[in-house]
Amino acid sequence: MAGKQVIPSSKLISSVAKKSSQPINRCYQCHKCTGGCPVTFAMDIMPHQVVRYVQLGLEEKLLESKTIWQCTACHTCGSRCPNGIDIAAINDALKQQAITNNVKPALPEVRTFHEAFLASVKNNGRVHELGMMLAFKRKTGTYLQDVSLGLKMFRRNKLRLLPKKIKNRKRFHTLLQGEKEG
Amino acid sequence: MKFSYYPGCSLHSTAAEFSASTEAIFKFLGVKLQELDDWCCCGATSGHSINNFLSHALPLYNLILAENNGSDIVVPCAACYSSLKSAQVFMKSNNSKVTKLNNHLKVTMGRTYQGQINVYHVLEILNNPQIQDLLKKHISKNFNGIPLASYYGCLLNRPPKAVSFEDNPEQPKLMDKLLNQVGATPVVWPHKNECCGASLAISQPKIVEQLVAKIIGSAKHAGAKAIVTACPLCQTNLDSRQPQDTDSLPVFFITEIIGLALGINSLSWLKKHLIDPIPF
Repeated sequence: MAGKQVIPSSKLISSVAKKSSQPINRCYQCHKCTGGCPVTFAMDIMPHQVVRYVQLGLEEKLLESKTIWQCTACHTCGSRCPNGIDIAAINDALKQQAITNNVKPALPEVRTFHEAFLASVKNNGRVHELGMMLAFKRKTGTYLQDVSLGLKMFRRNKLRLLPKKIKNRKRFHTLLQGEKEG
Repeated sequence: MKFSYYPGCSLHSTAAEFSASTEAIFKFLGVKLQELDDWCCCGATSGHSINNFLSHALPLYNLILAENNGSDIVVPCAACYSSLKSAQVFMKSNNSKVTKLNNHLKVTMGRTYQGQINVYHVLEILNNPQIQDLLKKHISKNFNGIPLASYYGCLLNRPPKAVSFEDNPEQPKLMDKLLNQVGATPVVWPHKNECCGASLAISQPKIVEQLVAKIIGSAKHAGAKAIVTACPLCQTNLDSRQPQDTDSLPVFFITEIIGLALGINSLSWLKKHLIDPIPF
């Protein structure tokens, strides 16, 4: 950002504030969030910068960042913020905005994981961990990652071969229809 | 005492020993847990990350099942607990989507969400005065002062407005109190509430390995011989992604420790761990 003039835009903050229900304008950049965040060592935009960038309307930078996908939603930032801003909730709103805008995620594996997880829930009513893992591996090509760990868990009966589906499929399907009705 | 029991997906697979030990100790103490019939996934991290609708609708589906039974819910999984509690907070808010969601729930479940029941974590129940009296009466094994690190992770204390049942969410101590009761020595350590990386274990394993290494290093530095947790994902990450080059620390569920102290046969639970805790 150094040396480049930024013309602030309020377009992003209104949509993110609405989606995340966070009082983003209250931030006075004390950096307490960044001080406590456990994942800053890997992030490209620090948590306090996320809030500032939202205020300034730097949508592209945020949606293309690694940070929004690396946030573990541990809520350390939100618990300690003197202004009651939960950045994990802001990161969720930004992830969803990135998907809506069709922005290629900086860490596609994270998005693929969430999609595989929810696809498993929609199919079975519950997560079938083995099926979800295989779908994740198929989509990301990470076939060799964690194979020995998977086998250890399988030997200890920690991974079910087949999903345990919920019984009342019709009721659950009706629940899912609510998403389309918006 | 009688509760609806919501195990969640992990407790039916990767953390089956958490469910087995929870059910065993409550049965021993005479607390009836009735598993919610036909419960669904709570949506977990993936729900709130990319799908706001599911992050509310899935926990509410389960809350309404429990309201139908009329009993408060007990949840062992920290993520499920957080999802259910956060959905309750959402339904109390002025968000315009609350009414719409409730109308849809009426169509789906035949009734709206009423907010009539409480959601408790297993740790809360273990600290209930009545249960405390029973524990004091029945604890038969003493851990002889062995140093243990109580590890809370994130979602049992954060966000504090929605979930925490501790006096100070930054310095939780109910698990330490339980460890004292079984004769162990809870160590004082700075990583009690630090995040293990949670579901990034699959999509960003390197990040999780670094976070786990810090937590394990800190527990060892404090002198702990094992870690005790109350979250299935924390247990899985700490049990499976510890640095390979050092002596491993076994990672127990608090319910396993209580089960051992009550003299319940716990071999089938402990055999499921990746880091063998049996010589412990």
